[in-house]
Amino acid sequence: MSIKYPYNPTNHLLHVLFEEQQRAHFISNNAIQNISKSLNLPHAQVEGVVEFYAFFHREPRGQFDILFSNCTSCGDAWLRQRLCDKLNVKLGETRSDGLVSIDQTSCIGMCDHGASLLLNNSLTITSLTAKRIDQIVKLVESSTALQEWPKHWFDISDNVHKRGLLLTEPFQPGSALKVMIEHNPPEILNEIIVSGLKGRGGAGFSTGLKWKLCREAIGDAHYVICNADEGEPGTFKDRVLLNSYADLVFEGMTICAYVIGAKQGFLYLRGEYRYLLDTLNATLQKRRETGLLGGNILGQGFDFDISIIVGAGAYICGEESALIESLEEKRGIPRIRPPFPVTQGYKEQPTVVNNVETLATVAKIVLHGHHWFESHGTNRSKGSKLLSVSGNCARPGIYEYDFGVSLQEVLNDVGAENVQAVQVGGPSGRLLGPDHFNHLISFEGLSTGGSLMIFAKHRDILALIHNFSHFFAHESCGFCTPCRVGTRLLENSMSKLCNGHSTAYDIDEIKHISALVSQYSHCGLGVSAAHPILDGLKYFQKSFEEKILKKEMEPEFDLDSELSEARAITDRDDPGAHL
Amino acid sequence: MSQSISIDDIEVPFESGQTIMDAALAAGIYIPHLCHNPCLKPHGSCKLCSVEVNGRSVSSCTTKAEDGQEIINNSEKLNKARLTITQMLFIEGNHLCPTCEKTGHCTLQAVAYHLGMLDGHFPQFYPKREVDASHPSIMLDRDRCILCELCVRASRDMDGKNVFAISGRGTDSHLSVNSPTGKLVDSNIDKDDLAVHICPVGAILIKEHGYEIPIGCRTFDLRSIAEIDLGDVKLSEKSQHNE
Repeated sequence: MSIKYPYNPTNHLLHVLFEEQQRAHFISNNAIQNISKSLNLPHAQVEGVVEFYAFFHREPRGQFDILFSNCTSCGDAWLRQRLCDKLNVKLGETRSDGLVSIDQTSCIGMCDHGASLLLNNSLTITSLTAKRIDQIVKLVESSTALQEWPKHWFDISDNVHKRGLLLTEPFQPGSALKVMIEHNPPEILNEIIVSGLKGRGGAGFSTGLKWKLCREAIGDAHYVICNADEGEPGTFKDRVLLNSYADLVFEGMTICAYVIGAKQGFLYLRGEYRYLLDTLNATLQKRRETGLLGGNILGQGFDFDISIIVGAGAYICGEESALIESLEEKRGIPRIRPPFPVTQGYKEQPTVVNNVETLATVAKIVLHGHHWFESHGTNRSKGSKLLSVSGNCARPGIYEYDFGVSLQEVLNDVGAENVQAVQVGGPSGRLLGPDHFNHLISFEGLSTGGSLMIFAKHRDILALIHNFSHFFAHESCGFCTPCRVGTRLLENSMSKLCNGHSTAYDIDEIKHISALVSQYSHCGLGVSAAHPILDGLKYFQKSFEEKILKKEMEPEFDLDSELSEARAITDRDDPGAHL
Repeated sequence: MSQSISIDDIEVPFESGQTIMDAALAAGIYIPHLCHNPCLKPHGSCKLCSVEVNGRSVSSCTTKAEDGQEIINNSEKLNKARLTITQMLFIEGNHLCPTCEKTGHCTLQAVAYHLGMLDGHFPQFYPKREVDASHPSIMLDRDRCILCELCVRASRDMDGKNVFAISGRGTDSHLSVNSPTGKLVDSNIDKDDLAVHICPVGAILIKEHGYEIPIGCRTFDLRSIAEIDLGDVKLSEKSQHNE
């Protein structure tokens, strides 16, 4: 069952499919057949994976394949339409000459850089303006090779505005490992446990306890996985950590491996961050060359290596068991729990899955000791938290605060005025109005994985909630009925509402579906999918009331417009052809 | 030492390793379900068998019974949720019960009867789904598929063939066939495979056996889903079209 060390990521199904998509601009039946043979995987498994992940396609995409973010922070429907119009291509389609295809995608983690898009699933262009769109159009129309596009278009800065516990001082690679090897694994584990560190991904489970359970679990091998599938709209702190603090993250993984007895680790990087891959691999290589990774680390007879697996556009893979399924070259469907990954994770072996920020924090705790960490934050939320701030504010970017900071203080620091609402923790978190701005960010107060999206008074709350409903319906894995059908029903209900066709009855229906999806879904995606709607109904009731019709019932569809196809076929548009 | 759980205040014994569903079925208590079959590994996707354990909703088919659990199964709240979930399954596919060969033998329809479902309630999705009629004796009509994966599991774990899989994501999820062309005729399926007979709806049908039993005399015309699931009706008997 166990794998060879170090793991060779070249043959991973996701990577083989990526290469094929890049080469042929789609994945044909023939390709599926060849890949299934060469990797010795069932044909249907390969096909299932191709059709599960948003970045693989069964129909040819353009030579320039553009995916425009539809996030409320890093998307822009107007610019997207401009790009479609100027290139004469419909959204979701490939132009007939095969030159270009344009589609939308969920948040790509560029929320502090304004409107952004992904190019050929491997490059990212941020800070889009009408002018930049027009420049892109010219380069596409002239089939200019990507190597000749202006290099600085693809630069992505960190935008760190406030540094705290984690980011203040530069990190010397190996410094935490040198402290680590002076202690045995139980001592290091104890250090993590007494520090009170809780997972930074959002769930807030004790990191030390997770490691302890994994260490004690019996298996042929133990694994450590760094969850860098940062897919929650509005979150980009992991991108910044991986860009400028990768050594800190890898050192955290190595410490975890030392404690639980792992020889192999994986960094699961979201497909949207593929542009970081070469630099991350170079960092890993440098660590191997300097004795910080690989065989006999720091001459202590401790072996551990890290491989990077890149995802392909699926928010659900941020859920740890879905992530493990994806690592195992399958569709990213959340597993039944228990058993939990700590006892049966990757290849059914004991596995720790930790967030990027958690692992970076671990390295700092080992370096400075638990007292250093404990003296920050609140009683039940130790340490600091990185916030990814975006939306309507003067200075979007990364802010690091000790736990216990009030939402209002953050809003002041980032230059947010006339704030109507803040989405804390992304769409799966909470949508809050000014009555809640005095609340404190902490596990016991306002809990967040780090996303903080600010909406000024001119923003249409219902449109924002509609956007989030679309997000969940698009990202639902489809495994369980309440989430698969429920999120789609919620999206449709929000469309009806935003189009001004809803009645009080429809609001009751929305509440009914929301309750069902929240209560009976298989995993966290479904459980939290209705949060923005329910918070909207609770705190922004007026926005809903203003939009609904004052009558008992309005049908789901407009019969006259449904007849438009028949009119087109019969070439009629006279009054008699209308209702 | 004997262990027991309580289901709607009835004490139910169980053996270590049994799920709540296992214990309930053994004790003659019906918990509505669609994706569960005692012969196969539990799946927990349809969510119809959701029960409340100490106030929390869980799938009874995947949750292990633990001594002293207090479980609510037959409550108005749960049956209403099950009704809504069943309605969801109806509207996301294209179910034409009056003309379907599986009418009266269909578990989805029977569960709907059991829960008192009178309409689809939600607007239809009207998905476009592919029919595969390539095989001489087996027909695959994805319009009626409810993604329970019983055929996937039966083929993989019982037939040892791995003929079926699920592809796609969200409401685009669909049943796919593990053959180079994606067609049933090019797979190694056989009409005697369990996977062919386990479909709870009319997605997988045997050709040339239409309407051998008249409507009115079919499985669920004569007995309720609860009676069938709790009775000694063997899987092969209740699923065969030519019974």
